[in-house]
Order: sequence, then C-alpha cells, then structure tokens
Amino acid sequence: MTPQPLVLQAFRQPERLATLSLADWDLLLRQAGSANLLASICALLDEAGLLERVPPQAREHLEWARAHAERHIQAVHWEVTQIQKALEKIEAPVILLKGAAYVKASLPPSRGRLFSDIDIMIPKALLGEVEAALMMHGWAATHHDAYDQRYYRTWMHELPPMQHIKRLSMIDVHHAILPETAAVRPDPEKLRAAARQINGYDDLSVFAPVDMVLHSAVHLFYDGELDHGLRDLIDIHGLLAHFSDLPSFWGDLVKRAQELELTRPLFYALRYSVQLLHTPIPEATMVAAQIGKPNSFLLKLMDQLFGRALLPTHASCSDWLTGTARGMLYIRANWLRMPPFLLARHLFHKAVFSPKTK
Amino acid sequence: MLTVSALTRSELGARLQQAGIHLQTGAFITCLQTSIPSVVDGIGLLYADYPLLENTDFADFHIRLTRPRGIRRWFKPQVTFMYDGMSLFKPLPLDQAFPMFEWGLNWCVSSRANRYLIIHAAVVEKDGYAAILPAPPGSGKSTLCAALVSQGWRLFSDELALIRTIDGRLVPLPRPISLKNGSIDIIRRYAPQAILSRAVSDTTKGTVAHLKVPADSIARAEEVARPAWVIFPKYEADAAPRLEPIPRARSFMRVAENAFNYSLLGASGFDALASIIDASLSYQFTYSKLDDAIEIFSKLKPLA
Repeated sequence: MTPQPLVLQAFRQPERLATLSLADWDLLLRQAGSANLLASICALLDEAGLLERVPPQAREHLEWARAHAERHIQAVHWEVTQIQKALEKIEAPVILLKGAAYVKASLPPSRGRLFSDIDIMIPKALLGEVEAALMMHGWAATHHDAYDQRYYRTWMHELPPMQHIKRLSMIDVHHAILPETAAVRPDPEKLRAAARQINGYDDLSVFAPVDMVLHSAVHLFYDGELDHGLRDLIDIHGLLAHFSDLPSFWGDLVKRAQELELTRPLFYALRYSVQLLHTPIPEATMVAAQIGKPNSFLLKLMDQLFGRALLPTHASCSDWLTGTARGMLYIRANWLRMPPFLLARHLFHKAVFSPKTK
Repeated sequence: MLTVSALTRSELGARLQQAGIHLQTGAFITCLQTSIPSVVDGIGLLYADYPLLENTDFADFHIRLTRPRGIRRWFKPQVTFMYDGMSLFKPLPLDQAFPMFEWGLNWCVSSRANRYLIIHAAVVEKDGYAAILPAPPGSGKSTLCAALVSQGWRLFSDELALIRTIDGRLVPLPRPISLKNGSIDIIRRYAPQAILSRAVSDTTKGTVAHLKVPADSIARAEEVARPAWVIFPKYEADAAPRLEPIPRARSFMRVAENAFNYSLLGASGFDALASIIDASLSYQFTYSKLDDAIEIFSKLKPLA
C-alpha cells in the first residue's frame, strides 16, 4: 500500500496543515482536488483559524474552491425552496437526505461539500402525486427507456432521477433508503417516525442523528459508486464528531442499527472512519458495533478493498490493485441490491439491449 | 529570469518528456509534460520568452498531453489532455495536439480561478488603460486583438479577461493569440513580422494557428490595469467603421452573457462587473478594415 495520503492527515490533524511545505501543498491540493475536497479543506483551515498560515500559492486554490462552495450552498437553499413550492399543495411530509439535509440543518459536513443532486424521501403512497407535482413545476424524467423506467419503479427505492428543464438541477425522489429488491430493507416508517423537523420549517425534516449516520453508512457501504467515497466517509466522520456530545447518541447508534438491520454498514463506517480519519469513538461503541462484523476472511478482503477504494482517485493514492478493488466493490454493491437471478437478468439486459436504444 | 528560449530544441524535448517543465503564464504556473513533437515545437516557438521556473515544487495546473494506447495509435493517432492524471475531454486527432494544449489551459483557468470574474473577451492596454473586447466567436475579436497588439497595444489576453474581484483591476494572462480560418492570412499580411505556429486544419473551430505574443507583453505580465473601455467588436464586410456608444445597462448584460463564472460569484461577481461598467465607456464597434480600427482605437479617450 502507498503511504498515508496527505489528504487523510489533513482531516485527522488540521493543525498540522500550517506546517506543510509548498511541495506538500502541491500534492495535497491535487489529492483533495481529485476527491472534490478542496473547499472542505478550506473550511477546515478557516475553522482552525489557520488560513493565514497557508502559502499564498496554495491559499489561492482554496479560495477558488471556497467561492464555488459558497455558491453551491446558496443554490441548494434556492433549490429546496423551489421543491417546497412545488409540493406545497399536496402537503407531502418531505425528508431531506444527505447533502441537502446537511446544508438545511447546518451540520458540519455541509461546509465546503459539493454535490450534484437533491435527495428527498417521501411516503411510497405519495410517489405518484409528488412526481406529478414536480412535473407541473418543471422537473422532467431523465430515463426514457422503458426498461430503465421499470428498473427504477419496480425494483429500486427511488423514482428515475428528474431534472429541472430550466435550472438543470437534479432531484432524486426516494421512498426508502435501500432498493425493494435488497436483502435488507429498513422500514421507512421507522425512519420517518424518528425524523426531526428543521428549525424554522414546518414542512421539511431530516433524519434523527443516529439514522442520519446509518443512512450515510448505507449509502457509502452499499453503493457501488465510490468516486466520492472519501467525501462520504468524511461526512460520517464529521457527523460522528458533531453528534458525539448528544446524550445517549453512542448508546442509541448500535441499538438502532440492530433495529433497522444495518449493523454491517455501521461496523464498516466506524471501522474505516477510525482507520482512515482517526475519528474519536468511545471504546464501548466500537465493541458493541462488533455485532456487525463479518467473518475474518471477509473482513480481511474488505480491508484490502475499502482501504484502496476509499482513497482519492489520484495517482499518488493508488497502487496496482486500486482499479481491481473499485471494480470488485462495484460488483458487490449490485450484488447487495438484487437477488442473483434478477441481477443476472438486469446485467444481461444492460449489456445486450440497452446499448441499441442509446 | 530564465526563459524557455534558454533551452535548445532537444533540451526542451527531453525535459518535457521527463519531469516536465514549470511554465509561468501570467499569474499561473503550469507543469507540462509531453513527448509529442508538435507540442514541443509549439512551446519552443511561441513560449520562448516565458519564464521557465526551476527548482520549484508548486504548480497550479498539472497537464500532460499523451497519445492514448490502442490500435488507433497506428492508423488514426490521437492526443489526450490529461489534467493531473484525469482525462476530461474526448481525444482529438494527434495533429491538433498543440491547439488542444491551448484550449485545455484556457479551461483550467476559466473553470477554477474564481478570485477573478472571468469574461470571454480579449483585453489590450495602452498607457495604463485597458479595453475589454467581449464577443462571441466569429465576431473578429481575435483578429482585431492581434492587429492592435502588432501596433503597440499590450496584450492581456485574447480569450480570458480576468477581473480581480477585490479591486476590479484587470490582470494580464498573455498567451498566444488564437487565429482562425481567414484571419490567419489577414494577420500574416497585416503584420508580416508576426510569428505564427503551423496552421492546423479540420479542428472544431476550422483551421487554427497561434500567434506569438510580443516579449514586452510577457515581461509586463504582473502589471495590472484599470478598465477604461468595453467595446463589442463586429466585423462586417465592406462596412464603414462605426463606433457607437451603448447604454451601460445593456453593456452590463452583454458582458455578463459572455462571463464564465458571473453567476457562480454571486454578489461579488455583480459588484466586480458593475465597477468595470462604471469605470468604462461602452461601445458597439463595426469595422471592415483593420487600419480603420487601429486609427479609431488610437483616438479612444478614457472617462474623465
């Protein structure tokens, strides 16, 4: 394996960023750039009051990224307002997920985080109404292929992604956090019941702290696209540190994972957050989370795979096995989504029929 | 200051092939690596006067131009623009390698450098006052810019006007001027002493050639200027030259349309653009002969 990338050291010990040489900065900016983390590094330094001590050449890049991130946050607020307007009449109880939730609830991962879609969750019974309302307000379906429509509507936990025809912004409308076809399907009603209203809004909620961490873990460790793997792990790291002071947070975390059958993704989330980012987690929680530990052969394999795939997609963070690790995790994620027969059928269709219709 | 011209063709080729060179263009340092001969030639010819930084361990952009693997290598060779190891554009025919470097470097700046309001415009300067020439492709902006530069105007850029958001000053980014199709011969005739790169045909922009920037513009790349004129050029065959004032509000909107990051910068983009428009006289300029244009530009007076 390659030596510990600078970008990991930055999130472990932000104060050490003040001592980096210009050559280190050159490499750190490249690693952070390839993981879409430049603005997060800027936010980290800003909070530590260290921005002044960054060499001007490097600081310039951080400021470029900051401008981008500030605009992004503004756009998220605007986009959420538009979604609220579109859904006003049907009074759907909207839960914001991931990036949009962090921004609207002012949680630490929102600082400097860039993402492309707004994700919301609504009750399954309202899918039709919500989709129609969004269409009335300018969002249009993106996947027109009949098979893709079926893939999303029959098997997935979300509508086909929709895009606004004028602003080009994307929205993913979910009714659950894992596909209908996955072996594990946490009950959306339980998540909904525990959700918290966002301060100042009566029509918008976010998941309860433990659920937010669990959803983040599910998304990262059950999803095949690890291009933003490190950013998503840093989200978890930031959420854990932020919720750490809440009474009963650590105790509830593992209990809730058991209740929702999400002990495996939680185990991975805590393990790799500690390994890569040195997140401070109480010993008792680490011990309790062992309940989600896979057998030792599988764990060794996962350490090898995630140890590579969670790093930035930059030459300085890759070795000869990195590509293979990403490929294997992609297959794993699909495997977790669907039972074998359905998956084989899906991949067959994608390989044989879909290219012709493109 | 060491410049690229200090290296022989073979030294330059060897360095570009191995560790790459750190090339300073305006406020940016590019680390460029390539073994493609046409790029080495282009750098040797057009970048001879640019600072070559040695013993530096920092670059703003890490660029590599390579030939993709595969059997196309043998019958339809291509070139890929790699930004720090990532290929972000479709490969182009190998013959277009040098233009691809120029376009790619423009993209590096225009998609990142958000401390500046970046306008798709040519900028030239005389006596401390700058003229911004925003225009869509085909308006004759680069041709006019090349002619002005050959007649003593200092080149800031023929593509990217960089407006510092903190004080509204224009920052130079002198790089080779991109000439297309008919303009190549027009400039060859108009400025016979001008140095042009080999014309490359069949690009998405037609035939392109790049014009070497006068050494003085490169040497003074750190001298910023205040904006004085915003001029929208339009080439019109056989037209008599016309310089017509246009209202500020209209000028503002037209510049904003030509900006890369106006909406991204939000309030600070608005303020920067407003300060430019306030400090400048705005004109629509129609011309058919470069001599007329030079004459009219020489008589421009800044806002009192």
